[in-house]
Order: sequence, then structure tokens, then C-alpha cells
Amino acid sequence: MAAGEEVVAKKVPGSRIEVVQRKGTAPSLFRRLLRSKSAIIGLVIILGITVVAIFAQQIAPYDPIKQSFIRQLRPPSASYPLGTDEFGRDILSRIIHGARWALLAGILADSIALVLGVTIGLIGGYYGGRVDAFVVWLTDVMLAFPYLLLAMIVVAIFGPGIRNAMIAVGIVYMPQYARLVRGTVLSLKEKEFVEAARAIGASSFRIMFRHILPNCVAPIIVMATLAVGWAIVQTAGLSFLGLGAQHPMPEWGAMLSGGRNYMLSAWWIATFPGLAIVVTVIGFNLLGDGLRDVLDPYLRGR
Amino acid sequence: MIPVLIGVSIFVFVGMHIVPGDVATLLLGDKATPESLARLQHELGLDQPVYVQYWRFITKALHGDFGISLRTRQPAWREVMWALPMTIELSICAIIVAIAVGIPVGVLAALRQYSFFDSLSMVAVLIGVSMPIFWTGLILLMLFGGTLHWLPIGGILDDGIILRQITGIHLLDALILGDLKAFNSAARHLVLPSIALGSIPMATIARMTRSAMLEILRQDYVRTARSKGLSERLVIIRHALRNALIPVVTVIGLQLGLLLSGAVLTETVFALPGLGRLAITSLLARDYAVVQAVVIVSALMIVVINLAVDLLYAYLDPRIHYT
Repeated sequence: MAAGEEVVAKKVPGSRIEVVQRKGTAPSLFRRLLRSKSAIIGLVIILGITVVAIFAQQIAPYDPIKQSFIRQLRPPSASYPLGTDEFGRDILSRIIHGARWALLAGILADSIALVLGVTIGLIGGYYGGRVDAFVVWLTDVMLAFPYLLLAMIVVAIFGPGIRNAMIAVGIVYMPQYARLVRGTVLSLKEKEFVEAARAIGASSFRIMFRHILPNCVAPIIVMATLAVGWAIVQTAGLSFLGLGAQHPMPEWGAMLSGGRNYMLSAWWIATFPGLAIVVTVIGFNLLGDGLRDVLDPYLRGR
Repeated sequence: MIPVLIGVSIFVFVGMHIVPGDVATLLLGDKATPESLARLQHELGLDQPVYVQYWRFITKALHGDFGISLRTRQPAWREVMWALPMTIELSICAIIVAIAVGIPVGVLAALRQYSFFDSLSMVAVLIGVSMPIFWTGLILLMLFGGTLHWLPIGGILDDGIILRQITGIHLLDALILGDLKAFNSAARHLVLPSIALGSIPMATIARMTRSAMLEILRQDYVRTARSKGLSERLVIIRHALRNALIPVVTVIGLQLGLLLSGAVLTETVFALPGLGRLAITSLLARDYAVVQAVVIVSALMIVVINLAVDLLYAYLDPRIHYT
């Protein structure tokens, strides 16, 4: 047990059983995280981008959507640090506003995948038998598709647009969580604490969500962090293909797609939005790696 | 494997049914009369119960009949077969690039753990896995195609070079025909897309090789091999690397499956007429017959790749037996 934890013993009314709870694991986890250099760099990047996204309106020097035909395709300069695009819009301002869409895409898609995947994995692993066989089959089938094709089809069903692209990316990532959680549940459900919970008459629902799930949290947190970066890239990819954000939305993938036509004459249009994606994704990957080192010593160095 | 493929067919069938846009309307256009629509729906079997339609779909698919492309009026199957060799060629080149760079970098980084080279390569790995391949592709194009003029900016062959199709894999066809000029041209066109598509597998393979090597170099049998006086080279290649490759092979297999997704973006950036490009143009044109053919063929490929990886795994690691 790490320092800073506190053990609280509670008496269950009407019995001699004492329930021992560990308290205060959260701050010590955070402290351990701060010892990881990669986690700190990751946190700083994410924090920076979050601030930019929140105060986009205040930070951005120009309107991200308003077109101006007198300042088209200007190279980077003092007044337009990252240049302007084919419609005369300031690229820096568009990237700043794009941070909102990127973070939203990452978090929303990841949440969809997490909620669906964790629930399915938990149910499959806990109930076993036919239910589990169905969960395994479902994840195997979904993983047999190239994920981008699957996402493209989901977008085709719901119709192109940034929101549907986020949903598609979330659905496509769902089997990863389901597999992870199912595997962990399978090893956990034979443990004594589950048996004990069952013995005192806890319902299946309670056992799953109150007893088993908290013990799967560590690998889920790691996956959730790394998946944000992944989801940002994939949503941008769908926008790049024309299935996500539509013109004139300041979204990084769509900006890249627009800059493609001018790549030989105006390199800055496609370069900077991509750089923004890379920096953001590096932030989440670094934090994810740091979390993994802290939460899962077995995987250290991988 | 069979249940997964049945699942894939169900998914595709259901997906193509709930996608907006009735096939008969798409085929005949907006100005079709209700009578002709009804007739076509009857001909296509769209008025039948769903399970009958699914049965027809699956029996036809097993015979390679995925319907007619709306765009080209060609059998969807033929469209896929035209595009497939390009994607196979690109994927093979990409994975070769990834292995050829990833494994040596991983081994060297592990041998000199905490050295400058190790830190540098791990930073490169981090950047590599964080770069969206469509951006990597564009940057490579702008730098080596646009600014430096070292390599062509997209496409498959230089203007004026005509290559007869035998296998559809350009490099192979050029070799078979003994056309070195075409081979050179095709190879030059493939360099940048292969690097772009190979960048993520390259980084993943390097990372995996490094961590597997680090673990294995600490094993007793490596010490034994060293203490019985084997040369360092032999210890690393025969004793350490061979065992370290077991997890690396799994990673390569997983990455092969992911290449198909990357191919959609790479082929778009470099204007290569492959399966991914076909998927996106067909989808945007609502040419669902082709989309479903592409999806089924690529799912089949992934299932086969996974099987091959499992078999290779058993071959490399004699402790694993499949019964």
C-alpha cells in the first residue's frame, strides 16, 4: 500500500463482518503520475490545448469562417502567423477553433466506445456461456472489418457530418474495450471478493458494477487516454475523406483536405492543421504511456 | 472463422439495407414511374421477405456475384478485382519498409538502452504513432515531390509508360515483361506511399522489438550462450532476436490487418486506384454494390491474415500447439 492511503473499517450493521475500505488512493496515484516525465509533458500539452479550445473566441486573432478575397493564400507573415487559406481565412484562427472540434471528437467518440464496450464486456465476462459467446462473436466480427471502412459505412447510414463521424469512430473502437473488460472480468469473477458479495446476497447488477468494475478501472483508464488520441486522428481522417466535418467548419481534418489542392503552391494550408493533430495526439499518447507505467507495472517500458 | 464470416455477411447485408437510398430508385433515377420502380424492385427481389433476400445475397456472394456497379455498370466483383492488386502491392511494400526499418531500429535501441540513439528512436516512435497517415503522406509529397522534385507526386506510372497487366501488381508485371523502365517508374511512384502507409507499423514494430529484446537479453539462456563463448553477433541474432521476434510477428500481423484502413487514406492522398480509393468513391457515389464487395473482400483478407499469423506464431514458438 502506498503512502497517503488510509484504511477505513466499517462495521456492517447486524453482523460481525467488517468491511475494509481503502481511501485516498486517488491523490497518491496523481502524485505517482507526476513522477513520470512523459505524463507531465502529456498533461501540459493537453491542458494547453484545452485552454486554447475554451478561450478560442478570445485568443483567435480573426474570424475562423469569414472569407476575404483580398487576402487569399498569403504565406505566413507577422499579421498572419500561419498564413491564410484559399478563402482568405486566417489559418491560426481556424486551428485555434479547430481545437474544440478535436477535443470534442476525441472525448465524445471515446466515451461512446467506453460506455458500450465496457457494458458489453462486463456482461459477457460475468454471465459466461452463450452470452459470452455472443459478445466474443460480435467483437470478432467487428474486428474483422477494416475499422475505417466500418466507420465509413456507419457514416453512410447516418449521413455525413462531424457528429455522425464521432459516433462512427466510437462504435468502431467499442470492441477494444469489450475485449479488455471481458478478459479482466473472466479472471476477477472467480476471486473470493465476488464470492463474498454473492454470499451476502448482492444482485448480479451490483456485483458487476460495484465490485468487479472498480477492479478493472486501471486498464480502462489507460485505454481511454490512448483512445482519445486515436479518435481524434480517425475523426479527422473521416473529415479528410469528406465524410466528417463539412465546409466551412474549422476542423483540422477538413482543413487538411482543403489544403491538398494547394499543396504545391501553398504548403502552409495543409501543414499546420496536421501539426496541430500530431501535437494533440502526442499529448494523449504521452499521458497514456505515463498512466500505464503507474497503473500497470507489468507493462512498463512497452 | 466461419461464424465470423457469417457475421460479416449479416453486418454488410443489414448495413446496406438501412443505408438511405433505395437501390431501384438509385438505378432508375428520380424520374422513374412507380410502375417501372415496382417492376425493378420485383426483378431485384426487393419485394421478398428479408430472410429470402439475405439467402439470395449470400448464395450470390458465394458465387462472386455482388451485383452491378451503379457508376460503371460493370459487375461489382470485377471492379474489386481490378483495384485489389494495387492495394496488395502498396501494403506489401509498406510492411516491407516497416519491417526493414522497425526491427533494426528496435534491436539497436535495445542493445544500447538509455543511449542517445535509444532516446532518439523512441521519440521518433512516439511521433510516428501520433501522425495521421494522410498528413504524413501530404508532407512527404510536398517535400520530396513538390519542393525537391526527387519523386513523382502521386499516380502509378510516369506519362507515356504503358504496362500490360498480367497480375495487376505493377512491380511484378514489369519484372515478368522484363521492362526495367516501367519497373523503375512504378518503384519511384511507390516509395512515398509505402513510407506513409508504413510509418505507423514501423513505429509499432520498433517499439515492440525493443521491449521484447530488452526482456530477452536479461534471460538466463542468453547469459549461457554468452558464457559458452559464442560471438556477440551469434548470441544476438540466433538466441535473442529469434525469440524476440515471436511477439513482433503478432504485432506485424495486427498491423497488416490495419493497413487496409490506412490504404483508404494513402490511396486518396497519392491518387492510387486501389481498393480503398474504390471504397470511398463508391460510397460517395452511393454505389453500394461495390461498397459491399469491397467490405466483404477486405474482411475476408483480414480473417485469412489473422489465421496465417496464428499459424506462423505456432511455427515460431514450439510451445504453442493448435489441436
